[in-house]
Amino acid sequence: MKFPKNLYYTETHEWVKVEKGYAYIGITDYAQDALGEIVFIELPEESDELSQGEEFAAIESVKAASDVMAPVSGVVVSVNEDLEDSPELLNEDPYENWIVKIELDDESELDSLMSAEEYENMSKE
Amino acid sequence: MKKTALHGEHIRLGAKMTEYAGFDMPVSYSSLKEEHHAVRKQAGVFDVSHMGEIVVLGKEATDFVDYIFTNNVRKMTAKQILYGFMCYEDGGVVDDFLVYKHNDQHYLLVVNAANTDKDFAWLQKQNTFDATVLNKTEEYSEIALQGPKAEEILQRYTETNLKDIRFFTFDEIVVNGEEFLVSRTGYTGEDGFEIYGDHEAVRALFTRLLEENDALLPCGLGCRDTLRFEVALPLYGHEISKDITPLEAGYGFAVDLDKEDFLGKDALVEQKSEGLKRRVVGLELIDKGIIREGYEVFAGEAKVGHVTSGYLAPSLGKAVAMALVEKPHTKKGAELSVKVRKRFVRAKVRNKQFYDKRQK
Repeated sequence: MKFPKNLYYTETHEWVKVEKGYAYIGITDYAQDALGEIVFIELPEESDELSQGEEFAAIESVKAASDVMAPVSGVVVSVNEDLEDSPELLNEDPYENWIVKIELDDESELDSLMSAEEYENMSKE
Repeated sequence: MKKTALHGEHIRLGAKMTEYAGFDMPVSYSSLKEEHHAVRKQAGVFDVSHMGEIVVLGKEATDFVDYIFTNNVRKMTAKQILYGFMCYEDGGVVDDFLVYKHNDQHYLLVVNAANTDKDFAWLQKQNTFDATVLNKTEEYSEIALQGPKAEEILQRYTETNLKDIRFFTFDEIVVNGEEFLVSRTGYTGEDGFEIYGDHEAVRALFTRLLEENDALLPCGLGCRDTLRFEVALPLYGHEISKDITPLEAGYGFAVDLDKEDFLGKDALVEQKSEGLKRRVVGLELIDKGIIREGYEVFAGEAKVGHVTSGYLAPSLGKAVAMALVEKPHTKKGAELSVKVRKRFVRAKVRNKQFYDKRQK
């Protein structure tokens, strides 16, 4: 299982990558493995406002539906539309295939998230 | 958590495990879809040792089993199997299960794992007959070998001609050098066998079948549910429950209202004569999405039911569901809407047989 070092993580198994004031949000390797084959994803729309801890997307595997929570607050500037036709990309490479790109409201929210090491330890428990 | 005799094999095979009915059971080994397709196209083997085995013995065993069962036990011949329901007085379901008839004084009831203790207690309470009820669950292990190649695979390990074990019959035969009870039954809509025996004998057979048959995949509870769902087999607590009668669920074929007496008969006769107020129907999604168990069903603004099981059916590639819906919204072709999280999606009522059974 992979835990890239340059990302922030949540207890609900999302990751955040920060680049030039924007945050990319996706689900972790642990999350995709636990879900199994992902068959459908319900995406938000551009300019939707996300607030930290709120559900903003839903991922469906054969077995069940699972909410995706916003790790940080911000406005959606881009949605990964490839996932609509190929939701299995999240199984194939959960870190390459982000779900949304948002403009961060408050960078200090990142302080509440976990490092790769902390997240890896949590996932092993 | 309880473990079946095959638990070590599941771990060795790298299964993803989950708690089910108090047992640590495999959800899937490789992938749910792959296992699902293996059963539809080749063969799969399931550990179903968590199922309950209850034996009824005695002079009035037939009278007793017939009294607690909705289907007609008196018409059964030896080595025959019958599916039906055990109901409460009000027609609600205690459990659905298979009855295996050894002879007039000896029956085996194979019940849902989550209901074994409840069923056993209920049977003891209803037993005013000259009969003995024994919970033999811990003495048996059980595997289900399912799929179009099941017969060909199992035949390699037995001298008995498996063609002689016809659909919904069983026999006690030697397989892989050990004695088993083998029935031509299953819960997948495919041809196949359910195989009961001693723990060690079942474990050895399971391991050998997988080692020597490339066409055979170990299959978990994940695809067991999608497989039964596609052929509209009910799952207790979903399509049937203490609050949903077999008639409402659409399984009247396993309820013999003409037989003399059985527990729940009066309530079911009354329900039938008054006309059903709701029914389990099939739904096919018109919009994008997947509808799942528990989602609410609407006709316009009014809530008219709920989804009992729902999937993106692997054999169809379509989002379909079974739902308990109030009449008159149960007519085929009727357009309803289902609340998926915060939005509504459109769905059309259809028959609930999403995939055609291919049993022999």
